Amino acid sequence: MAIELSPQTADGTVPSTFLDVRDLRVHFPTEDGLVKSVDGVSFALEKGKTLGIVGESGSGKSVTSLALLGLHKGTRAQVSGEVWLDGNELVGLSEAEMRALRGEKVSMIFQDPLSALHPFYTVGNQIAEAYMVHHKVSKKEAKERAVEMLKRVGIPQPDRRVSDYPHQFSGGMRQRAMIAMSLVCNPELLIADEPTTALDVTVQAQILDLIADLQEEYGSAVIIITHDLGVVSQVADDILVMYGGRRIEYGSAREVLKHPEHPYTWGLLQSMPSLTGDVHAKLNPIKGTPPSLINLPSGCAFNPRCAFKDRVPDGRCTTERPELRPMAGNEKHIAACHLADEEKAEIRGTRDKTDRLAK
Amino acid sequence: MSTTESIPEQKPASAAQSGGGENLLEVNGLQMHFPIRQGILFQRQIGAVRAVDGIDFAVKPGESLGLVGESGCGKSTTGRLVTRLLEPTAGSIRFDGEDITHKPVTKMRTARQQLQMIFQDPYSSLNPRHTVGTIIETPMRLNGINPEQGHKKRAQELLEIVGLNPEHYNRYPNEFSGGQRQRIGIARALALKPKLIVADEPVSALDVSIQAQVVNLLQSLQEEMGIAFLFIAHDLAVVRHFSQRVAVMYLGKIVEVGNREDIYARPRHPYTHALLSAVPEADPDGGDRERIRLAGDVPSPINPPSGCRFRTRCWKAQEKCATEEPPLVQISGNSAGHLTACHFPEEPSITSRDEDVVLDPALAALEESAGSGAAAESSTGEADKAATPEKSEKATDKD
Ligand SMILES: Nc1ncnc2c1ncn2[C@@H]1O[C@H](COP(=O)(O)OP(=O)(O)OP(=O)(O)O)[C@@H](O)[C@H]1O
Ligand SMILES: Nc1ncnc2c1ncn2[C@@H]1O[C@H](COP(=O)(O)OP(=O)(O)O)[C@@H](O)[C@H]1O
Ligand code: SF4
Ligand code: SF4
Ligand SMILES: [Mg+2]
Ligand SMILES: [Mg+2]
Repeated sequence: MAIELSPQTADGTVPSTFLDVRDLRVHFPTEDGLVKSVDGVSFALEKGKTLGIVGESGSGKSVTSLALLGLHKGTRAQVSGEVWLDGNELVGLSEAEMRALRGEKVSMIFQDPLSALHPFYTVGNQIAEAYMVHHKVSKKEAKERAVEMLKRVGIPQPDRRVSDYPHQFSGGMRQRAMIAMSLVCNPELLIADEPTTALDVTVQAQILDLIADLQEEYGSAVIIITHDLGVVSQVADDILVMYGGRRIEYGSAREVLKHPEHPYTWGLLQSMPSLTGDVHAKLNPIKGTPPSLINLPSGCAFNPRCAFKDRVPDGRCTTERPELRPMAGNEKHIAACHLADEEKAEIRGTRDKTDRLAK
Repeated sequence: MSTTESIPEQKPASAAQSGGGENLLEVNGLQMHFPIRQGILFQRQIGAVRAVDGIDFAVKPGESLGLVGESGCGKSTTGRLVTRLLEPTAGSIRFDGEDITHKPVTKMRTARQQLQMIFQDPYSSLNPRHTVGTIIETPMRLNGINPEQGHKKRAQELLEIVGLNPEHYNRYPNEFSGGQRQRIGIARALALKPKLIVADEPVSALDVSIQAQVVNLLQSLQEEMGIAFLFIAHDLAVVRHFSQRVAVMYLGKIVEVGNREDIYARPRHPYTHALLSAVPEADPDGGDRERIRLAGDVPSPINPPSGCRFRTRCWKAQEKCATEEPPLVQISGNSAGHLTACHFPEEPSITSRDEDVVLDPALAALEESAGSGAAAESSTGEADKAATPEKSEKATDKD
């Protein structure tokens, strides 16, 4: 894993990492002001690995994923930074050049498969179409490929269901069809934006396992975007936590979930009830609400909601934006917070004690 | 067919299933069949959506009963029946000692005051043209409640109770965030001093951090005001946190009900096992949990499977499951008040088993070809199999 410590600008070298995103920014000019949906986000991902991007709604997750697919091209969005995919820089590509990569090199599973699938074409036609964009094959061969893909993703009676229209599929089946369509050309990078948020938990478990099993088989890199820390815990190797369009914590899934370093990540974890925790302990919510992306709070964007900002001297939390810095003893785990390590240790200590007392 | 794992000792389910004590709400044989009509001039009924199909449960004063299950299993319909927003096609509802099953809403003034509902969608459940004050006062005025301190003062008190600023009295709903709107909905429900609140997915539309704020608020209302809840949610962890007792629904039926510990640590119904095993936990060392992956989605409630409705997705299904509907009873090994509707129940444990249960054909095939240690148990993909192997053999052995 190659974790980008600080956003780098072009230094002329082509990164060796499979996916290398550097200082990505996506800004939308609106009547109310400039919406900085993504503001200096960097991350890297190797093939065969999964990155989970988590954050509350409006934190910039979807806008990030659309940028990786080049889907802001031709809109009023202002995109800057670099997206290196297997040696090619994508931000600078034209829409036509990007189209040649979409589907084959990088493809996407959307939260709402019904809006991503066309209602007037059969599921089979749409999968076959996606295949023929990148492969010179006959209609018949493409159709066979569609049946094979539907079988792969577990649609019963695929040779019959291939002629169904999307509305004839259940929610879970549509998401499977969407996965079949995005995998039909064996993409090397698969981006799944909230792929299971609209699904029941039993179907969610099937789909998450399916994505993981297929990834193992095809060796692709996967980015899963979600607001659910449980989901990332199940599938991700690395986790990137976003807040207000920026990275606030980034590291291996284990590190981020077991030794979270940012007060926002602490808050997310403590506000989630679990299947095994003490039922009599009160949840510990984060106070307040997510910030507006037009006018982020000065200093640390999380400061109006942070319970620990008084532990940072000189009011730095409200005046100085914290840099992402590596955590003691782990270069690859970075977080953006002014708190000194001793302060964090103390906070953790009292927290562990109250946890134990509650049990 | 063996019944070794079946039910030697049965106690019938009754409305008084929650054990001793008076019930605040008692529901018996509750049914809601939505007619499906066809025809242009003469509409005739060609079938029915059996959204709720004969359920019994009870809620005691001050208690929270959680109602969980997959989308479409009938949770919201149950909530709407209990609050009299829908007219049941059969069964009875008793609230506070009074039969309210068919009472016209206008004739049930007290019951309506004491039985309130909070909705999932904080955006659409508040009138955008009314101020927060009007929204909270309207139910008081409609029900002829005149608090000593006056309507405005009372509304401001309620705003404070739900964690909003009393100065928000003159503002409009669109000036508030999702979590704050849900608080306004809660204040409105509290205005009538209810004994029971039916909360239908009250936190599902909210971000995790905000979710916890609202759950804590509801919890303190339950504890401090002694309000009982019928708490509907699909999130099993939230329900566990909030409800002392939990009922699991599948296709219009309650398949298992019991104390929180019974349902979450000692479940017996295969569906409860499958649901719990599917919940992703944020702890990478989440413990030694069993892995169950069902195939496909829930069948249609228009034409539910015969016998046990879960049998088309159940790994323990046998012929008996197709012919005999399992009653919701206290099967042997269950503690009092823990009822399970299953002919061949599971062991009361959620720790991992020798082999994962992987019924999903795609997963089974991929995992088999990957040669992973946990071999797939069954890879049959047909939707309507009457029986799968596995433990049926075990049962025969014991005969
Ligand atoms: N007015 C109606 N007419 C016909 N069918 C209905 C009606 N209302 C609900 N249903 C059907 O009844 C079944 C149960 O619906 P209900 O809304 O109670 O489900 P639910 O358990 O609340 O699901 P969710 O978790 O998605 O909210 C579904 O199949 C639904 O489509
Ligand atoms: N086309 C657009 N014009 C203006 N603002 C936008 C546009 N698309 C997204 N945004 C804003 O960008 C922010 C991040 O959005 P998004 O990435 O969709 O969040 P999420 O993390 O929930 O996926 C939000 O505040 C959203 O309103
Ligand atoms: S920098 Fe300050 S306000 Fe921001 S998370 Fe750290 S302590 Fe809290
Ligand atoms: S199908 Fe049979 S074994 Fe499975 S839940 Fe139903 S009654 Fe129990
Ligand atoms: Mg999104
Ligand atoms: Mg519902």
